[in-house]
Amino acid sequence: MVYVPIKFYQTGTFTVGNRLLDEDQRSIQATMDRHNSLTSGHRACQGCGEALGARYAIDTAMNVTNNQLISVNATGCLEVFSTPYPETSWQIPWIHSLFGNAPAVATGVAAAMRVKGKDQIRVLSQGGDGGTTDIGFGPLSGMFERNDDVLYICHDNEAYMNTGIQRSSATPPAARTATTMPVGPEPGNEFGQGKFLPAIAMAHEIPYVATATVADLRDLEIKVKKAMEYRGSRYIHILVPCPLGWGHAPHDTIRIARMAKESGLFPVFEAINGEITSVLKIRNKVPVEEYLRPQKRFAHMFGKTPDVKTLARYQGIADRNIRKYGLMDE
Amino acid sequence: MLKQIEGSKAVAEAVALCRPEVICAYPISPQTHIVEALGVMVKNESLKKCEFINVESEFSAMSVAIGSSAAGARSYTATASQGLLFMAEAVYNASGLGLPIVMTVANRAIGAPINIWNDHSDSLSQRDCGWIQLFAETNQEAADLHIQAFRLAEELSIPVMVCMDGYILTHAFDRVDIPDQAQVDEYLPPYEPRQVLDPENPISIGAMVGPEAFMEVRYLAHVKQMQALDLVPRYQEEFKKIFGRDTGGLLRNYKTEDAETILVAMGSLVGTIKDTVDELREQGHKIGVMTLTLFRPYPLDAVRQALLHAKRVVVVEKSISIGLGGILASNIRMSLHNESIPVYTVVAGLGGRGITVKSLYDMSIKAMSDELQPLTFLDLKKELVERHLIREKEKRRTGPIAESLLKDIGPIAASKLQ
Repeated sequence: MVYVPIKFYQTGTFTVGNRLLDEDQRSIQATMDRHNSLTSGHRACQGCGEALGARYAIDTAMNVTNNQLISVNATGCLEVFSTPYPETSWQIPWIHSLFGNAPAVATGVAAAMRVKGKDQIRVLSQGGDGGTTDIGFGPLSGMFERNDDVLYICHDNEAYMNTGIQRSSATPPAARTATTMPVGPEPGNEFGQGKFLPAIAMAHEIPYVATATVADLRDLEIKVKKAMEYRGSRYIHILVPCPLGWGHAPHDTIRIARMAKESGLFPVFEAINGEITSVLKIRNKVPVEEYLRPQKRFAHMFGKTPDVKTLARYQGIADRNIRKYGLMDE
Repeated sequence: MLKQIEGSKAVAEAVALCRPEVICAYPISPQTHIVEALGVMVKNESLKKCEFINVESEFSAMSVAIGSSAAGARSYTATASQGLLFMAEAVYNASGLGLPIVMTVANRAIGAPINIWNDHSDSLSQRDCGWIQLFAETNQEAADLHIQAFRLAEELSIPVMVCMDGYILTHAFDRVDIPDQAQVDEYLPPYEPRQVLDPENPISIGAMVGPEAFMEVRYLAHVKQMQALDLVPRYQEEFKKIFGRDTGGLLRNYKTEDAETILVAMGSLVGTIKDTVDELREQGHKIGVMTLTLFRPYPLDAVRQALLHAKRVVVVEKSISIGLGGILASNIRMSLHNESIPVYTVVAGLGGRGITVKSLYDMSIKAMSDELQPLTFLDLKKELVERHLIREKEKRRTGPIAESLLKDIGPIAASKLQ
């Protein structure tokens, strides 16, 4: 099925009422038979982007595999808030081993399924940005390179939130974290550092790479569905705002995620075999300032007078993304 | 079938007979030949229904095994030295989760300085990790112990390390009786996991456990491992019935019945010690050797019974707890904690230094007249050490120790050493 975005600007939001859509366009999360793989009662913070993204992603994977799914989880917020036993929120077979080895454990599960002739059982692996871009990066690259049959989902909230908001290699420039405090001549995280893992995943030329945000949950569902159509390594990188770490109101999680995309700071695209095949265009471009200002982690940029120089650097990053990924129509 | 075969190859054949389903391979000497041989068997399809995965590190090797074992597949890997340390976090995790993985450790020293040769520092560094540890004396034993290891691991849901001396065993060509498939199938039932990732019956594995139950989980790990003290001799008996060889068990005694002096050791070193014992016996000395096959769980009472009648015990070990002395010796002392039997520690063969009958003979003579120091380093080049200690007193920037010592034993410096 080709994804046709339906623009319902007249509602004043991007929200699309399911009843207005064709049957096959309706969200899985809105169906009666959604699986509630990550069920209610867990201990995520109010407005947690990760819980939202994980719920949509896994329920979709469950739906398309006819509930034949095993999930492997890296240490992190998602693992901790879902499993202070016996109150596990997981309604699917689920294993947590270590912080840095989720991709390798998933490889092992997939190997076991293959050897036992249970090819219909699919494997999903998840981690935060720390578990994915930093400590689990080696095993992830190994999993990609061997093209092991696993869908890996990175829930990127741009820092180590579970340990108290420390910088990761996915933390954006100038952001305040507990290890990049807003002090000194260049407050917050340094410019010119960090990595964008989707691009690295693409460099492995794996069958499918996609980015998504929790602002476009239907887009996320469609990408997970598409990812499950492939065998081999697949990677979905979801931007999941964190009210605690980013310092925004819990009810603003989706708005913030949307502005990350609409500013061009977070490009949303799909790539097949290492080549970009589709890009979610910016609908209403917003200056980076609009995205940054509501977040306390950037508060030092907006004192009595905004830090124009840093804002200009930031806008430069967004503009470069827009150019590089073709985020706006010419 | 009798074969003249390399130790690694014999182990690979024994592992293959156990019908492993997932094998993860990462190269590190001296273990590499084992997974290489298994790789051939999987690729040429003589070992069927087995996934052979070339991973990118030992950390991933153990992690892949964790995943495959939790998903119900019989899982195997092999490592050594730095590799075992690199996977240490996952090694603890495998036992913590109760996953019956079997792993060969081709014992090798740990750096720095980097050293590829044999000692027991690697597996002994993991003595508290919750894995069962078996030590092989010969290549026949190494091959046989792997078959017992899968049985033991899967019965108890505890991972097992089979330790064999790097190079001395792994690379030695020796006569090994390789069992046939029917024998192994009779001995080793299919893997029936206690926990498995299965969409038909979804469970969570690896949840967080706080102070409310962590102690109990750990206690059970201890209790369950201690069950191996009963199972190991039982599996030894059953093995003997099917394979006709008396392999395994807790420990072995050699000429210890009337011995006043009992040497204690693990691994291939025991062969050399037996030769030494024979020589000393010929001269009328009452000496014998006890060797541990099972190091974890530690057979406290069996060791006590084996040593109780001795006048002295000399533990010869290829390991050192820096700042204390012996690792094995400390364990042996626990068995004799109420006895006034002196336990000497002899650290020997670190980093592959040869342990000769002559050195063992001289050391034993000293021990038998109680002239041995409580902690002895066999064949330590004292002048080399002293020369460096003097150097450190004389100047501040003495440079790296390893390189300084190598300079001292180089041909030019050595001539001035007199």
